[in-house]
Amino acid sequence: MIAAVRPRSLDEAVRHLGEDPALVPTAGCTDLMVRGPEALHRMDRVIDLLGVPELRGIREVEGGIEIGSTTSFSEIRRSAAVRAAFPILAEAATMVGGWQIQNRATLGGNMANASPAGDSLPVLLALDAVVVVAGAQGLREIPYADFHIGYRRTALRPGEIVARVRLPYLPAGAFQAFRKVGTREAQAISKVVVALAGRIEEGRIAELRLAAGSVAAMPVRLRAAEEAVRGQAPGPETADLAGREAAREVTPIDDVRSTADYRRFALERVVRRMVMGIAG
Amino acid sequence: MERLLDVLREGLGLTGTKEGCGEGECGACTVLIDGEPTLSCLVPLFQCEGRRIETVEGIAAGPARDFLERFVATGGVQCGACTPGIVITAWALLQRNPAPSREEAREALAGNLCRCTGICGEPDR
Ligand SMILES: Cc1cc2nc3c(=O)[nH]c(=O)nc-3n(C[C@H](O)[C@H](O)[C@H](O)COP(=O)(O)OP(=O)(O)OC[C@H]3O[C@@H](n4cnc5c(N)ncnc54)[C@H](O)[C@@H]3O)c2cc1C
Ligand code: FES
Ligand code: FES
Repeated sequence: MIAAVRPRSLDEAVRHLGEDPALVPTAGCTDLMVRGPEALHRMDRVIDLLGVPELRGIREVEGGIEIGSTTSFSEIRRSAAVRAAFPILAEAATMVGGWQIQNRATLGGNMANASPAGDSLPVLLALDAVVVVAGAQGLREIPYADFHIGYRRTALRPGEIVARVRLPYLPAGAFQAFRKVGTREAQAISKVVVALAGRIEEGRIAELRLAAGSVAAMPVRLRAAEEAVRGQAPGPETADLAGREAAREVTPIDDVRSTADYRRFALERVVRRMVMGIAG
Repeated sequence: MERLLDVLREGLGLTGTKEGCGEGECGACTVLIDGEPTLSCLVPLFQCEGRRIETVEGIAAGPARDFLERFVATGGVQCGACTPGIVITAWALLQRNPAPSREEAREALAGNLCRCTGICGEPDR
């Protein structure tokens, strides 16, 4: 029999976690419940985050919006605030499994599960998100670019949970784009996911954040490609350059879903097409 | 972690809810939790406290009766393993959107697989 603590406030949750950092947080359980009988058996003490109101919902704050960690992808894709400011996050949410999965799967679960294929993760990288983490010591902030530190490893310390994610508004005239290449549109674990956001100034790319999933041990920023196209005018040459650099800098793996070569090839094409789409 | 699916089928004898894959891929175990289509194979029981759970038995006995009869009459069933999940999901869609487009129906039912007939026919019903 498992023991589940079900805190009703964030204070209560971090108190439990402080006393027993080995408690396994549960949210939508769409990853946890498919880990197999043995893993589930070992999970004898859990802390359910779904009853903690501070972790739930989407708020507009000074300079951006904050999304609670237990907010589901259904809520995210429906949110007017998200759709207006960050359409690529709403779009990624529609790609996470089918309707039933989206009703349960949470943004915080996607982040903490830290699969290199998590669909929302390249979007959070491209949008320069900040993670607000809660633990016995209180709250601390981690730039999302520093959150993933290795294959399924995050910067969370024992007893810490993701409380919410802050997305700073993009400046006026900024562009953003998202693309998932899978075996089917929905219900497919991604072969390659790419997200980008940036800004054009006087006809040149002044700023670009380009991120990809399923092309390395963790979701990554494609910094060589970003660097290569900074200051260039958008167009076919710039797009080719970005694609080439992106394919060169990643370290994809062969697995049951795809081969490393295919992923590199797909990434090059997707990046090229997306950078082509940046309006000059 | 004890699954809602097992409690429904074994604990309560409500065998209308089916187990297909047990891994969230097929939709056969779909129930409504507070009105939202949810995969009962992925829901631990402890998260159900205070929630309203509706199974195919519940909606078939009540407002979805006509809908179900139409579904059966148009021949949507071969082995039937997928049917309760499809009925629940389609019913939930029609509650929100009484006249869904083909595309909307297809998207809503993307998480419900039918290995006998192929899902493509379902949006017509
Ligand atoms: C059929 C199916 C299809 C899927 N398709 C996709 C897809 O297309 N794209 C995709 O990206 N994913 C997909 N997934 C994976 C999964 O749905 C997502 O990763 C989801 O976002 C996980 O969220 P959750 O709330 O269900 O996490 P849970 O299963 O509850 O938790 C996942 C992990 O995160 C930890 N955790 C959860 N919340 C927190 C928190 N706030 N702080 C710290 N730790 C936390 C848990 O302890 C656990 O280790 C799919 C899964 C299934 C079963
Ligand atoms: S049995 Fe639950 S989705 Fe297949
Ligand atoms: S009728 Fe057999 S799975 Fe659909």
